Amino acid sequence: MTCAEAADGIPPAGGPQDASGAPPETADQGASAGTSGGRLDLTRFTAARVAVGLTGVSLPTAAHLAFLADHAMARDAVHLPVDVPGLLQELAGAGLPCLPLRSRVRDRREYLLRPDLGRRLDQESAAMVVRAAHEAGLGRGERPDLALVVADGLSAPAVMRQAAPFLREFVPRCRSRGVRLAVGSYVSLGRVAVADEIGELCRARATAILIGERPGLTSPDSLGVYLTFGPKVGNTDERRNCISNIRPEGLPFAEAAATLDHLLHLALARGLTGVMLKDDRPLAVGNAAASVPGVAAGRGERRGEGVS
Amino acid sequence: MRSCTIGGTSYRFPELAGLLAKATPHRSGDALAGLAADSEAERVAARFVLADAPLTAFLDEPLIPPEIDEVTRLILETHDKAAFAPVSGMSVGQFRDWLLSDAADGAALAALAPGLAPEMVAAVSKIMRHQDLILVAAKISNTAALRTTIGLPGRLCSRLQPNHPTDDPRGILAAVIDGLALGSGDACIGINPATDSPANVVRLLTMLDELRQRYAIPTQSCVLTHVTTTLDLVRRGAPVDLVFQSIGGTEAVNSSFGVNLALLAEAREAALSLHRGTVGQSVMYFETGQGSALSANAHHGVDQQTLEARAYGVARAFDPLLVNTVVGFIGPEYLSDGRQIIRAGLEDVFCGKLLGLPMGADVCYTNHAEADQDDMDVLLTLLGVAGCAYVIGVPGADDIMLNYQSTSFHDVLYARRVLGVRPAPEFEAWLAAMGLFDDRGRPRAVDPGHPLLELPRDLR
Repeated sequence: MTCAEAADGIPPAGGPQDASGAPPETADQGASAGTSGGRLDLTRFTAARVAVGLTGVSLPTAAHLAFLADHAMARDAVHLPVDVPGLLQELAGAGLPCLPLRSRVRDRREYLLRPDLGRRLDQESAAMVVRAAHEAGLGRGERPDLALVVADGLSAPAVMRQAAPFLREFVPRCRSRGVRLAVGSYVSLGRVAVADEIGELCRARATAILIGERPGLTSPDSLGVYLTFGPKVGNTDERRNCISNIRPEGLPFAEAAATLDHLLHLALARGLTGVMLKDDRPLAVGNAAASVPGVAAGRGERRGEGVS
Repeated sequence: MRSCTIGGTSYRFPELAGLLAKATPHRSGDALAGLAADSEAERVAARFVLADAPLTAFLDEPLIPPEIDEVTRLILETHDKAAFAPVSGMSVGQFRDWLLSDAADGAALAALAPGLAPEMVAAVSKIMRHQDLILVAAKISNTAALRTTIGLPGRLCSRLQPNHPTDDPRGILAAVIDGLALGSGDACIGINPATDSPANVVRLLTMLDELRQRYAIPTQSCVLTHVTTTLDLVRRGAPVDLVFQSIGGTEAVNSSFGVNLALLAEAREAALSLHRGTVGQSVMYFETGQGSALSANAHHGVDQQTLEARAYGVARAFDPLLVNTVVGFIGPEYLSDGRQIIRAGLEDVFCGKLLGLPMGADVCYTNHAEADQDDMDVLLTLLGVAGCAYVIGVPGADDIMLNYQSTSFHDVLYARRVLGVRPAPEFEAWLAAMGLFDDRGRPRAVDPGHPLLELPRDLR
């Protein structure tokens, strides 16, 4: 999401590049308007920073400041803490009461430098999951189909803005399919693989973790969902399916929920997730960019890696 | 033997791999792997010991046994003893002195490259300051060509990277037009696809090929997908200029990428069979980056920078057109801040050039690393001085698909202007012929009727 205030400050592409008040005086100053796409406004076709103009060969002030504003928002998204009580309330309201859990990470800096610690629950949290699973399963011995986990990941705004609206679309689909849900979990300072430990402890057949993705300048609040059949500590990313870029300006909640519902249905029926599980719906429907993380071909496949 | 006393404390380094790791300037990835020096004193002690190690040690004591690693086998089997002869009696420290001496000119360094193992190059880099890395790298010009020539002295190319989150053709073309008008695209026009399906990759390849032919652009296109996908598409007649693959410095990390040396050779042969080059026949494009092996649990106790140099050992076996480190992409658990990214970028370009590659760099960072545009300005400028063959051009430095910041079309123009370097000659001539740049190499006005702008109209 581009900063609205900053975006307003950018002169329209093709317009005069004299935000600083200096009139075009040289050939290359004049060129800037032209390279902005002339009267054909390239910005209509992409959210990329095309047609931002030139002063000499450099960025005009307005575009330079707009970039700084977006970078600041992305940086803040990484470092802002989640309002945990507020979020737990919202998640419960969306149909997913959650245990408040923590990873083994102590603070944000350690979270960024020690992904291994963010993949494991601290002792107390692990005990909470075991207790809750025992109480839920008392006398029935049934295994839940799905453990839903929410984690801050690399973007607090993502999880605070997108997790509850996504669940409001997804949880009713579970109910109508008769999917048995384990107790929900919220993990502070969690990585994707922390869901493996939770799923293993509550003996769930599959887990889906909703987690803040590595923020981009144009998308500081993008939510990712990773689905794993057979959760187990030590699972690697090739065993997961990922739905990325969930936010109103990206993949809409309803579409993302339908994709997860479809993949979950396939996963439970076939007993697997990962490279072997493809979203087989027609391209128009399955355009949710469900992918397998970690099967690194180019960097395109590694989008979610920052939070794995 | 391998011990050194600093400030009254004696430090021992029984294993060569451990010695290399502890001599490495601090970075988060080696600490995460448990390989880094425990103190600054230990790090310096390791450098003293490393400086005394003979270069031949890296041939005699392979860091990863050849029995379990085909990259080690490749390095040992292709080592050119005759080329190595001029430095074969030197220690790492003497090698540094020689590299910096006037005897080591461009011709001597070019002749030496096949005689150097990647581990020797990594080792010497660990006892070099930034200015040492830059000075030696700047002496070397390794060229490769397909439709443009990469790596010529006095030239700085760029890969135009027009990524789009949904691979929308109009969105991609808008970024391509913006980039061409600003003089980017001479290394290649290369898309990281959001969706890796063969059908989507063919669609993008065809679009780029039509664009190239329509305007007779002397460059090559690439859709950066897995080598197996590209190989399959070559066989089905898709217009493949370049075979792309991410590679690393061990057999295990390459295996985690789903590749091995035989597969890379097969893909190269397939692309060569298409005879698509005009001024050369280099058809491979590799990306690398420190930390990929640890990320795949495939590091064998070797530090990430040494493994990165070994990845260049893989690359050079395939006569690549393009090789670049994606230095700041992998994240802060491997390179935590601007300082570490800058150091790694210099090491990578130095090692790649010394090993004979037309080495480029993606000068970049992610939003969870402690880095910003100022850090990238420093690294871009240093790499320009070091004679980096190419960098990346992304609209406004912001890749909206991969969610990271690279260098922009503007940054490329800045580097060319401040360093007095120019685009690849074939592409430079095209920029002038198309009226995009004036006779002094400056971008010109593209008037609304310019043929480049017909493109997105056609697609509307």
